[in-house]
Amino acid sequence: MHNFEFVKPSNIADAVQAMASEGAQALSGGQTLLPTMKQRLAQPETLVSLTAIPEMQGVCMGEGGLHIGAATTHATVAQEAASLYPGLAALAGGIGDPMVRNRGTVGGSVANNDPAACYPSAVLASGATVVTNTRKIAADDYFQGMFTTALEEGEIITSVIFPVPAKSAYVKFNQPASRFALTGVFVAQFDTGVRVAVTGASNNGVFRWAEAEAALSKDFSAAALAGLSVDASEMINDLHGTAAYRANLVKVLTGRAVTAAR
Amino acid sequence: MTKVSMTVNGKAVSAEAEGRTLLSAYLREGLGLTGTHIGCDTSQCGACVVHVDGKAVKSCSVFAMDVAGSEVRTIEGMANADGSLSVLQQAFQDNHGLQCGFCTPGMVMASAALLADNPKPTEAEVRHHLEGNICRCTGYHNIVKAVLAASGQDVPAVAAE
Ligand SMILES: Cc1cc2nc3c(=O)[nH]c(=O)nc-3n(C[C@H](O)[C@H](O)[C@H](O)COP(=O)(O)OP(=O)(O)OC[C@H]3O[C@@H](n4cnc5c(N)ncnc54)[C@H](O)[C@@H]3O)c2cc1C
Ligand code: FES
Ligand code: FES
Repeated sequence: MHNFEFVKPSNIADAVQAMASEGAQALSGGQTLLPTMKQRLAQPETLVSLTAIPEMQGVCMGEGGLHIGAATTHATVAQEAASLYPGLAALAGGIGDPMVRNRGTVGGSVANNDPAACYPSAVLASGATVVTNTRKIAADDYFQGMFTTALEEGEIITSVIFPVPAKSAYVKFNQPASRFALTGVFVAQFDTGVRVAVTGASNNGVFRWAEAEAALSKDFSAAALAGLSVDASEMINDLHGTAAYRANLVKVLTGRAVTAAR
Repeated sequence: MTKVSMTVNGKAVSAEAEGRTLLSAYLREGLGLTGTHIGCDTSQCGACVVHVDGKAVKSCSVFAMDVAGSEVRTIEGMANADGSLSVLQQAFQDNHGLQCGFCTPGMVMASAALLADNPKPTEAEVRHHLEGNICRCTGYHNIVKAVLAASGQDVPAVAAE
């Protein structure tokens, strides 16, 4: 790993300033960034640790729903959101393993937008808002394809605001070696309709399955999906599963998530 | 190089580190605490697990500078004050929960974190909790038995045996 300057600001303003320097990059839990740096796929000149900033920590109900500080770990979300947004807490509690959950954070996951990551599906299905140091970005505008987001150079996610659905569930089909999602589906039922977001399946990253949303908004049952099929042409085709296999998984897992939703 | 200080196994320590120095390297090379093992160095195997402020983490995937000032506990800090094995360590020995022993420091640290949160876990909870710890020798059954025994529960014939 190449060496770098390490800074650990204690407030957002100092972090933003540090991020403005040439070659600076944010470090949150490091569970994605450290392996990437070891492979020399990232070579920041300055790493700006975001884990000592109190405003970026914690889970609480507020305007617009559940506010989660970007540097809050998966383990904390699993515990503290359990009664407030059970579907989201269960997702956080199923990420990786206990050690990964003790370091990895919601902000890091959402910034990275790995096509097989769990959190992006919850953000999109909840219609969440990604809050940065400069603006608020709606989930529908935020995700722009694999590893691509609306974030600008140097922009820091400070929190994510999740509207809390009446019922929700995330069902993930584990890729057994990595424990990432081979495919995962988050279903959220709001008074205004149902949102369905799929991760791990598409070459274009996390996406909403519009036909299922329409069917489930009329009849919130697995049976409502019976006549639907998922186009396999945009699905990921790799050694873990074919495109057709993933397309089928999307439908199966959506049905399971509807049945599991509470 | 900068001096990085923290508390390790109850003692205030400091050692030279660069930004890129991993906590695992700080412990092993900086402090000579080689009980923490490096298996994969890619956050997959769990051999390097230590506790930082009471939470189990993979020390190969944390920068030493990022946890400066923290309370760290390693396998060297697990024995009783008189040097005898702790209940959990003794249970690993009694239940033949190790063969080559390479994974054992990480298994003990991960299991200790589980028992601190959940003093009487079920067999399924133990297996689920140890998902991030890989053992190439034992086939896991005896590790699971050791953790159940350390929790003071009867050790049944475990599933799938
Ligand atoms: C063994 C293992 C298993 C895993 N399994 C899963 C899984 O099942 N599901 C899953 O979803 N994930 C999984 N992960 C990934 C894990 O959840 C990561 O923690 C997460 O994807 C990244 O979060 P982080 O806080 O560690 O971010 P970091 O690694 O610190 O950062 C990731 C990227 O985001 C940027 N960044 C970080 N924070 C911010 C911010 N606030 N604003 C702007 N940019 C920022 C960084 O610069 C970097 O580019 C796994 C990881 C490992 C090692
Ligand atoms: S050496 Fe750290 S997880 Fe394998
Ligand atoms: S005892 Fe050899 S790897 Fe576990």
